[in-house]
This record gives sequence, structure tokens and C-alpha cells, in this order.
Amino acid sequence: MTFVAKPRVRHPLLPVNELGLTRRDYEGSVSTLCAGCGHDSVSAAIVQACAELSLPPHKFAKVSGIGCSSKTPSYFLSHSHGFNSVHGRMPSVATGANLANRELYCIGVSGDGDSASIGIGQFAHIVRRRINMLYIVDNNGTYGLTKGQFSATNDKGSTSKRGVPNLYEPIDLVSMALQIGASFVARSFSGDKRQLVPLIQAGLMHKGFAFIDVISPCVAFNNHNGSTKSYDYVRGHTERLVSADYIAAGEEITVDYESGMLEDVAMPDGSTLRLRKVDEDYDPRDRVQALTQVQRSAEAGEVVTGLLYVDADAADCHDVLGTPATPLNALDDSVLCPGAEALEGVNAQLR
Amino acid sequence: MTDRATPAAPKGDPASGTVAHRRTSYNDFVIRFANVNGSGSASANGMFAKALFRMGIPVATRNIFPSNIEGLPTWFEVRVSEKGYAGRREGIDIMVAMNAETFTEDIESIVAGGYLLYDNSKELDVRLRRSDINLVGVPISQLVLPEFPNPKHRALFKNIVYLGALSALINIDFEVITGMVSAQYKGKDDLIAPNIHALQIGRNYVLDYLDGPLPIQVRYSNAASDKILVDGNAAAAIGAIYGGATVCAWYPITPSTSLAEAFEQYCNRLRVDDNGERNFAIIQAEDELAAMGIVIGAGWNGARAFTATSGPGLSLMTEFLGLAYFAEIPAVLWDIQRAGPSTGMPTRTQQGDLLSAAYASHGDTRHPLLFPSTPNECFDFAVTALDLADRLQTPILVMSDLELGMNDNMADPFTWDDARRLDRGKVLRADDLEKIETFGRYLDVDGDGIGYRTLPGTHPEKGAFFTRGTSRDEYAAYTEAPEAYSANMDRLLKKWETARELVPAPVLEDEGRAVGIMFYGTTALPIPEALDRLAEDGVELDTMRIRSFPFTDDVRDFIDTHEIVFLAEQNRDAQMKTLLVNDLGVDPSRIDSVLYYGGFSISADTIYEQVSAKLVQYNVPRLRAVGGGGGRGAVPRKGREYRR
Repeated sequence: MTFVAKPRVRHPLLPVNELGLTRRDYEGSVSTLCAGCGHDSVSAAIVQACAELSLPPHKFAKVSGIGCSSKTPSYFLSHSHGFNSVHGRMPSVATGANLANRELYCIGVSGDGDSASIGIGQFAHIVRRRINMLYIVDNNGTYGLTKGQFSATNDKGSTSKRGVPNLYEPIDLVSMALQIGASFVARSFSGDKRQLVPLIQAGLMHKGFAFIDVISPCVAFNNHNGSTKSYDYVRGHTERLVSADYIAAGEEITVDYESGMLEDVAMPDGSTLRLRKVDEDYDPRDRVQALTQVQRSAEAGEVVTGLLYVDADAADCHDVLGTPATPLNALDDSVLCPGAEALEGVNAQLR
Repeated sequence: MTDRATPAAPKGDPASGTVAHRRTSYNDFVIRFANVNGSGSASANGMFAKALFRMGIPVATRNIFPSNIEGLPTWFEVRVSEKGYAGRREGIDIMVAMNAETFTEDIESIVAGGYLLYDNSKELDVRLRRSDINLVGVPISQLVLPEFPNPKHRALFKNIVYLGALSALINIDFEVITGMVSAQYKGKDDLIAPNIHALQIGRNYVLDYLDGPLPIQVRYSNAASDKILVDGNAAAAIGAIYGGATVCAWYPITPSTSLAEAFEQYCNRLRVDDNGERNFAIIQAEDELAAMGIVIGAGWNGARAFTATSGPGLSLMTEFLGLAYFAEIPAVLWDIQRAGPSTGMPTRTQQGDLLSAAYASHGDTRHPLLFPSTPNECFDFAVTALDLADRLQTPILVMSDLELGMNDNMADPFTWDDARRLDRGKVLRADDLEKIETFGRYLDVDGDGIGYRTLPGTHPEKGAFFTRGTSRDEYAAYTEAPEAYSANMDRLLKKWETARELVPAPVLEDEGRAVGIMFYGTTALPIPEALDRLAEDGVELDTMRIRSFPFTDDVRDFIDTHEIVFLAEQNRDAQMKTLLVNDLGVDPSRIDSVLYYGGFSISADTIYEQVSAKLVQYNVPRLRAVGGGGGRGAVPRKGREYRR
């Protein structure tokens, strides 16, 4: 892994966003992942999503654990601070970072080893805590950095590069997130940018914990016949259930879809989440139905993708804690320190 | 003293009983209450201590409790000392024996000439009698039976009855106790009358049927009149608020739990805005790993954050502590030590985590440690630790223990200087970044080993960097170049030397004597009493109370300038000695350890005996233990070649 700065040259015809910035302003250093790695597509989708939303590129906190996926915060949003922490422990670092400054957009990138094995406890508990962040798992079913061991999300019977089948049941992080109470749960595919970019936008703007499980094939160790996390397998077995478009407040909303298949969700910031459904009977605001659908599809060997569940009105951790709008890290000493007189009151009670 | 084999007096004996006459003493005794866990005794026992404290008498309390909620034996001990001795002293002067299960050992623990207060509703088993102690029987069960029909109430009021009996036996101002009952049940007024009635039942029985008061008595004093009574954990929590901590992440573990709980309690009082907004965030995490991760995430993002834990939690936080050391992130960890290893004795005290705390993590790592001895230092060090963490950009570990953390101790009132400003360390703001050419997170601009950091979101163009546990250069870029890695590790050592200048200095009392004793944390509590006893034998010692690691030059000087140097600590392996040898390179044979690791706090007796034995070995003169006689004035001075 090297740290290569990209040349800061802007093509005169590159489009600019509302802040006058181009997509290049949202990029990071050159990726050192393998050519064709799904994770690079996810990073590119993050860059595009943030640029299109015209978010200030320095107002993010990027956090990750350890693994190939966890390297990726270097590869997007280089004007923001990043924290590549400890294996499986990104959720706790993200929690602390979000508690300290609620104004930053928090993006956590993790992998299936990081979140479904060593960090499964932390994953479960950050969902419970409703931290306002976008949590992406680059899910390739394998330990890439240590050369191809099965991970806990690898399907039973899916084979290794040498043809050895995985003998254990997979852990499905989407089902876990739904069950524990995440207010935004999606699954996507790194090769499906049209679906992924709007999902990232919606997840970023969602208030509360937004989770996207992105199937992101590992070209080095898990992209062969017999793997259920290969490009070919995922392309052939994907069932797009609900697509989501993020429509900023004030933007014109046009209808180009047949009614009944279309659902608009009002977001707390005045924006709209437009959901396009494949099945009219599917209600993405019904947690139980979402769980059932995910499990049924998994049984049939299919991967359902899209925004599977959303609760736009959910409270986040700061609501629960009753903290002020001013970030805790910006509170003045005079607010934090109660002073000598108050201490006299404390002393009096201890006499 | 009478022969222990002599049959004891019959039940209900007045206090003046069969034992040799004891001269009346005031405000100087150890009383222990033996109870059953969960029986409601804690409230009555706490009132006892507080009543004495309100009479201006110095008290030090000790809860000796099992890892259990209900049904197992528990003891509450109060050291009452006009001289202000706060440490533990062996031997019980008054035993309030209310637990049948431990009756035998409780009776055995009473000093000759001491007193046993017991419920003589049933006659005392002849086999349990000791002829060299005084029996004070109060038929508590019989007394409450007709008064309180509800059996549950009856059990609770038994505790109040013995408190009432004690008020008459040792002369506690009854008004003080009844006043406390009224204050305690304010708002639940229907509880006040029955409690006062129960107090009177016990008190009146003693006044009517026993010859009182005992020769062990209390009387009003000024020794504690301007003091407060507080445990170290609460003091630390209050200090953390004054130190500007906004994030507390923790996982329940005895004996640290009450620190986080006190933080919440005091935050609700001191940190809530008029509009109800709470200027703090407390997370009870899923485990200690997460607690530390939350602290580090908050510290990275510029909020003052801390966690409180004990040994097992410290073990779990070790990987994260290494990250915070290497990535240079402020964090504060309170380790309220208990007896390890493993689950060890989870409700007993020890100073056994020094080495695992000082070097927590794989790789070359070291963390500054602070050692508070009193509630006042818990308060002060809570602020100091947060300042040091920001200044040094590294985890600061405060090494308290169960003895200090969970027991009420007499302390000076907390003070705060409103002119004091918190030290946020080297943080560049947006306008600072505008002024500088190039920003390098790990550049040693000032030559003190500490770089300048920026917080996320500070500036649109400048100052962003990537924080990582992997090796990097001065500009935070990943590298595995040997020179860059080594230079970074060397800079961290330079920072360690800076820390040496900033941590709290030891407290010294150096009168140029030949013998010195070093100690730290709660080992300081029994030291004054141990020293007084040694002085009575004609040996006076210089003292040094270590308050931090790394060690300042004072520590080395103290060892160099004393012929005999003791180091008292509460662990088996002399862990502080190891730190001294590692950090200062002192000759290990220069330090004689005084060690205790049984789970109670170290007593004055232990220190006195171990030091005395060693002094005999070294031929230090005028010890009563060898020559008899003794007396003041024969103080060993320097330059006499006592050792070997």
C-alpha cells in the first residue's frame, strides 16, 4: 500500500456542482487494491454520490476497521479526516466520533470479516445505538488480505478457489440489521452503480443508522465458478426489489413510473426519498416483511437488492441522549465547567 | 486479661462484665458490623459513620463485601480516629455481630478487652464464648417482634435497633441520628416515625438494662468539622465534569461501576442546560473494547472522553490502548484496581495492574500513570489526566483501587479556581492552518516530541490527514521505510521525556534521615500510623509518595540519598519496583519491598512489622523489638552504613 497523490489538474469541461466543485474534489489517493476489485467501485460510488449531493468535502468523518475494505477511506474524500482503526472495532470509534461532533457526515466502511466475525458484537450494538451514520460493508465473502480464507458471510456450499466447499452457515448482516432495529437497511452490488449511488445518497441523508451491504467481489480470491460472491453469480441471481432516488428539498419531483409501484418518503430535512418497487405488495416500511423477503430469497439462492427497509422518522442516538445541537466538541469551558460556586453546593451535600 | 478457658458470664451481662477494666478512650477505635448481604444493613451502617462524622470525628469506612447480591456475609468497618488515621488497623474493638454464619470468626477477630454486641434473643453458644472480651447482649429479635408485625420490616428495623443501641453504648448524640433519619426519608414521611421508634427501642434497652456507656466512646471534636465524606469514584466523577469531559463510555465492572454512575448522577445535576439539553453523552457499551473505542473515537474528534474499568476490562482494552499510543489520540482511563489475576477476588482491593497498565499493548508501548491517594486527588487527577491526555496526545491511566474508589473517606472540601482554563493541547484551528505553509501531523515542530493535530471538519483545504495504527511518516502518509518508522518511535520516546516533566511530582518529606519509605495510592493511608509506631521505637523515616509514572528526578534522588529504601505496595510481584528499575535503571537491590496482597487494604501493622523486621536485619539501633526500651530521640541519620 502506498500513498499516491493524484495530480490536481481539472479538465475545463468537468461539470461542477452547487459548491462549484468537480468530482475530482471528492476523490482520494490512488487505490492500491487489485485491479477490478469491487471495493474500488464502491469508493467511486461514494465520490459520485457526495459530489452530486454538493456536500462540503471536508465535513466527513471516515472510519474503518482493518482489511481490504477498511483501506478504502483513503481512496475517497481526501479533504476529510479518516481513521483506519482496529480490526472489528470501527463501530465503537464511529460512535465516539459521532458523539463528539454530530455535524459531520460519518461514513464507516467495513468488510465481512471485520463486521460479521471479529466485529459482530460491535456491529450489533452500533445498530442498537442508532448512531447517525452510513455504514457500508464491502461484502466479498473472503479474507482478501490474508489470501482467501472463507469469511462468515460466505454461503454454505460456496467453494474456495481450490474448490473446497464452505461447511458453515452464513451470517446475513442485512437480516441482523433489520432484526436489531436499523432504520435504513439496503443491499446492493458493486457492479450496479445506478442502484448503489442513489442508495448511498439516501443513506447519507438519512437521520439515524443507515446500513448498506454491498456485494463486492474479490477478483483475487473469490471470483471463480462455484463462488456465490462472484461477479457472474451475483449478476445472474440478483432480484432488485426497491430502488431509491434521493430528491433534495426544492428539487422538482417528476412522475415517470406507474403508480402503485412508486412511493415517496418524506425525509426530516425536507428532501424526498422516491422508492420504485418491483412488487406492488412489498412495503419497505414493514420491518417484518423485509425480514421475511430477505430470508425467502436467500433460501432460493437469490440476492434481493435495493432499499429493503426505511423508517424516515426514526430517532438517532443524539435524540435519545438529549444532547444539544452544538457539537459536544465545540462546547465552551464555561458550559462544561460548573465553577467554584456549584462545587460549594456539591461539598455541602457531602458534609 | 483472663484465661480464655474460663467460663464466660451468663447472657445479658452488662458491659462492665468479667473483663479487666479498660480505661475510657474517646474517638479512637475500630468497629465492625457483620451482616448478611442484601439485609438492608448498609443504610444503618452508613448512618452510623455519618453521625460520627457530623460530630466532627474523623472516620474512614470500609465495605468488605462478597461478589453477590443477597445472602452472603458482608462487613462494614469504621476506623474512628481523633488523630485522623485513615488506614486499616488490625483487630476489632467493637464487633456488631449480626450474621450467624460468620459468628465464630467474627468473635475471634475481636481484640482482647474488646466488645461483642450481639442479639441475645437466643442464648450464646457456650463454645463461642471468649472470656477475654466483653459481651453486650441486646435481644433485638425479641424487641422488634411485638413492634413491627410485617416480617420484612422487622428484618430491616433490626439494623436500626442496633444503631439505636450503639448510640447509647458509645455516646453518639441521639439528635444527630434522628436528624439524619428525618433528612434521609424526607418526602417519605411515613417512614420517619417507625425508624425513630426503632432507634429508641435499641437505645432505651441499653439505658434501661445495661451499665453504659462503654469505656470506648465518642465525643464532639473539631478534627473533621470542615471536612466532607466522599468516595474516590464520586470524587473522580465530579473532577471529570470540572475537567470538561463530555463523553463517558463504560462497561459495568466492580469496583469501577460507581464512577460512571456517579458521573451520570452529577452530570444530571451540573451539566443540564436550562432548556433541558444535556451537555454530555454517556454510553454503557457492550464491552470494554467498545468502551475504549468510543473514548478514542471521541478523543480523535476533539471531545474530552474517559472510561472507567478494572483489571479484566483493562486487559480487553489493551489493543485499543496500543492504537491510541501509536496514533497519538487523547484518552483517559480510570482503573479501579481489584485483586487479580483473572476474576481473582473481584470485591477485594489490590494494586496489581501497574505493569499491565504501564505497558498495555503489543510492541514498544508505555503509558503515563497517575496514582491518587485521596478523594481530593481523585478530583484533581481527573482534571489533570484530561489535560495531560490532550497535551501529550496519548492515553493517561489513573490507577485508583477498590479501597479508594468504593469507600467513604474523609476529605477536604473540593475547590476550584474559576480562573483555571483547561489545557486542550496542540490543536490547530482553521485560522492557524491559514497561517502555516505545510501541515505535517507528526512533525516535531517544537522539539518536545508532540506534533500538532487538527480535528475533522476544520478547514476545506488544509489539515486533513489519515489516522492509522500502521506506520506512517511525519505527514501521516503510510510507509514501511525503516528510517521513518524508527524516527517515529524515537519521537514517541522524546514525548515520554516531555511527559516526565508534566506529570504530578512526588510528595516528599525528606529530613535527611538514613531510612526512607516510598509508597503510592492507598498504601499511603496507613503510613502515618505505621510511622508513628516506628518513631515510638526510635526510628524515624523519610517518606516519598509517588504520584505518577514516568518518574521525576526527585524519585531517583530519594533512592540515591537514602541508605535504606523501603517501597510499600499492595501486590505480590513488587510491580512499582519493576517500573522504577525499568524507567530509572535503579539497582533492584537498593529497594526493600513491603508487600501485602491479601485483598484487604494494607494495614499499619503490616507495614510496621515488615519494616521493623528488616531494620533489625540491618542493625538499625533503638528498636524496641530487639532491645526493649526504645523511645524517641535515637533517629538513624545518614552516613552510618547500616546496610550490610
